[in-house]
Amino acid sequence: MSAWRGSVFVLQLLGAVALVACQRQTLDSSPPASGRALNGHVRDTDPARLQNDDGQWVMPAKNYSGTRFSGLDEINSSNVSRLGVVWTFSTGVTAGHEAAPLVVGSTMYYVSPWPNILYAFDLGTPGYPLLWSYDPKPLGAAKGVACCDMVNRGAAYANGTIFFNTLDGRTVAVDATTGQPKWITQLADINKGETITMAPLVVKNHVFVGNSGGEFGVRGWITALDIDSGRIAWRAYSTGPDKDVLIGPDFKPFYAADRGRDLGLTTWPGEAWKIGGGTVWGWLSYDPEADLLYYGTSNPGPWNPAQRPGDNKWTAGMFARSPETGAARWFYQTSPHDLFDHDGVNEIVLMDLQMNGTTRKVLTRADRNGLFYVIDRLTGEVLSATPFAPVNSNKGVDLKTGRLIPVKEKEPQLNVVVRDICPAAPGAKDWQPMAFSPKTGLVYIPHNNLCMDFEGMSASYIAGTPYVGSEAVYKAGPGGNRGFFTAWDPVAAKPRWQIKENFPAWSGALATAGDVVFYGTMEGWFKAVDAKTGQLLWRFKCASGVVGQPIAFKGPDGHEYIAIAAGIGGWPGAIVSADLDPSDATAGNGWGAALADLKKATTKGGVLYVFSLGNSR
Amino acid sequence: MTRLSGLAAAALALTLPLMACHERAAAPERVLRVCADPNNLPYSNRAEEGFENRIASLLAADRHARVVYTWWAQRRGYVRNTLKAGECDVLIGVPTSFELALTTRPYYRSTYVFVARRDRHLHLASLDDPRLRRMRIAVQMVGDDFANTPPAHALSTRGMTRNVVGYPVYGDYARPHPLSGIVDAVERGDVDAAIAWGPPAAYFARSSAVPLDLTPVTPQIDLPFLPFVFDMSMGVRHSDKALRDELDDFLVRRKTDIDAILAKYAVPRVDAGEEPSS
Repeated sequence: MSAWRGSVFVLQLLGAVALVACQRQTLDSSPPASGRALNGHVRDTDPARLQNDDGQWVMPAKNYSGTRFSGLDEINSSNVSRLGVVWTFSTGVTAGHEAAPLVVGSTMYYVSPWPNILYAFDLGTPGYPLLWSYDPKPLGAAKGVACCDMVNRGAAYANGTIFFNTLDGRTVAVDATTGQPKWITQLADINKGETITMAPLVVKNHVFVGNSGGEFGVRGWITALDIDSGRIAWRAYSTGPDKDVLIGPDFKPFYAADRGRDLGLTTWPGEAWKIGGGTVWGWLSYDPEADLLYYGTSNPGPWNPAQRPGDNKWTAGMFARSPETGAARWFYQTSPHDLFDHDGVNEIVLMDLQMNGTTRKVLTRADRNGLFYVIDRLTGEVLSATPFAPVNSNKGVDLKTGRLIPVKEKEPQLNVVVRDICPAAPGAKDWQPMAFSPKTGLVYIPHNNLCMDFEGMSASYIAGTPYVGSEAVYKAGPGGNRGFFTAWDPVAAKPRWQIKENFPAWSGALATAGDVVFYGTMEGWFKAVDAKTGQLLWRFKCASGVVGQPIAFKGPDGHEYIAIAAGIGGWPGAIVSADLDPSDATAGNGWGAALADLKKATTKGGVLYVFSLGNSR
Repeated sequence: MTRLSGLAAAALALTLPLMACHERAAAPERVLRVCADPNNLPYSNRAEEGFENRIASLLAADRHARVVYTWWAQRRGYVRNTLKAGECDVLIGVPTSFELALTTRPYYRSTYVFVARRDRHLHLASLDDPRLRRMRIAVQMVGDDFANTPPAHALSTRGMTRNVVGYPVYGDYARPHPLSGIVDAVERGDVDAAIAWGPPAAYFARSSAVPLDLTPVTPQIDLPFLPFVFDMSMGVRHSDKALRDELDDFLVRRKTDIDAILAKYAVPRVDAGEEPSS
């Protein structure tokens, strides 16, 4: 065992030496250095290949398609009931733990919420001792800027390097072996309200990063950094003139509404686009064959809908771009002129589906607006858009124009009480990523069942300025449960089975070839359910509510393990982690009333868990 | 003179029992723990140059205490991370109707104001002035979720969006006075006029290179109910009623001194205090 580790370590060193040599040459896109381990396994450092190794988990979504599916099947629907804890680690941080752990070789990595400490654990030694930790020392002031708790959604591995973002707006490249920083690039400016919470994605020689902070009047962007130097290769804004959005001759959107010159200017009044939001705080996917990078843009802000007539492009939608140049290929707007804070940043999961007798290369998205989209990922054509949760604020999509069909009487208005708007602002589903099992053909969606009332106005005060706004109060949707875990058939466009959850299901999902699906709940249950039936097979009560992302990996002993971080927080979980007052119905925006009982159900605190079948194999 | 000596006598009277205590056991020094933004002029900054710093010092002197600040940017989570976290006990300035704190009696009432260059001779006063439609108007922006400043709401209600330019209230926090951007825009001529909250507007207008006119917005309440005037109070935790009562007492007794501080910072008043300055 230790010999195996030792050889990996030496090879990583060799790899690092080779890399240094590479860096001296002019930059090329040839595959990064790799070595050969004694046991014959290629010691690969390119995520394009590593994503296919089910022993490792090198990016939060497992692979470029974003399926969060592991081919491991040692833990399966008939033995998962014997799963047990083999290891725990307290991060000592009490904000929401949304990040996925990574496993590269025999090392597990985890990046904590602010202060964004990166931990490396040796999986090859009992007790998984800490190899090193790296503290990027993010500015405390960033905490005051982050809208919705001080979360971090994870790191990414490539090229012997762990890449992650800090709340105070930096991308950090840390040597995966030594824990020493290779480069740090300041991207977002907290003084202007920008933070970074998303997990980066690495494709070839670029790492992609986007900003957060739509509430503060920032202008959204995605940036590509050179993985060796940290230098900015390109930046594409989500608003403004075509040249800023990197819209050029390659841009061929499917729908007429997205064609035209400088729509990022002309679909806004005046200069509202300059502070128009469209941040990129969610997930990125990549199709190597089409060589297209996919990601979503957040809601428009900080203007209210009445103050920004127009479609407000390119917010609340999704882009396909060339990863090399950033040039936009197509765009589709899930919520034109967004009325509900319905960011378009949810994960985009790529799959090939048999539809009407032909194979379609599609992307799927369970959107904040309550619709499950199946979209041709090469063209941007919407093939279907079907409600996967209670929705009364739209009537689906006009498939001829691609346009969301609004429901007038559910539009929030100042000075008007509008009741029972479904879904609420956090949407039918927020950031919590779904999983797709190619074995069952089903998508497993952790999501919300929330509606909201827009009620009256209240005076508030920020940065020395009194202001007024309507208050949103969130509440359980039809049925009284606030969350669902849904197995969705993307071809038939209907649910196969559904589990009611008391609280919004705010964790990510993991599907495995063992036909088991894992997810966590806000009261702290980490659950395994049957991928085919939804039957509960196993559950474990964690130290705190679960809003993290589960992963599967093969340990150095050759056995399958499952890992998850617990630690309540995030936008709704801030009721507990930030100790908000649930008697204030509008605390944490509208969550106060909706989650008044969460404080009784769990307490704050981050703990990382690893489970296995252990002695019961 | 008489007033001063009276105050001195009062101070002496307050101190005497304390001194008696000192003889038995050293009384712990009283500390006034104030929550404040370290970069939010004209209200407060770390160098204690804002009017809320001055009022805090006055309060501390009055209560024979020493001011200790907890600094935190006044953004979402400000009250949660300072007052409610128990890090400090007093917010010097919040709207009287502020729900996140128990507020004192109001000690000033200010108003949103039109800001324009004097050399433009615009004399703006009403939201219903038809000339507004042809002007470039700056407003402060707050955030999404239907929260915004009253002028941002009022202009869009009147169908004005294309000629409205937004300046996030947070400004650029890297600058020494993040709130000045909207007034700078008027001074430079980037916009024809701004509608901004009185205290920062008046403070930054004073240091403008060209004279600026400030006029209170009318109507004071835009129907159905959009207020442009706000009463301002001190705030404490909801459970700290005794402290609130002590602050109320201070605000009554030291009204003249507080008014003088506000006047020094040109805070536009629409209460019984100073007249709106221009």
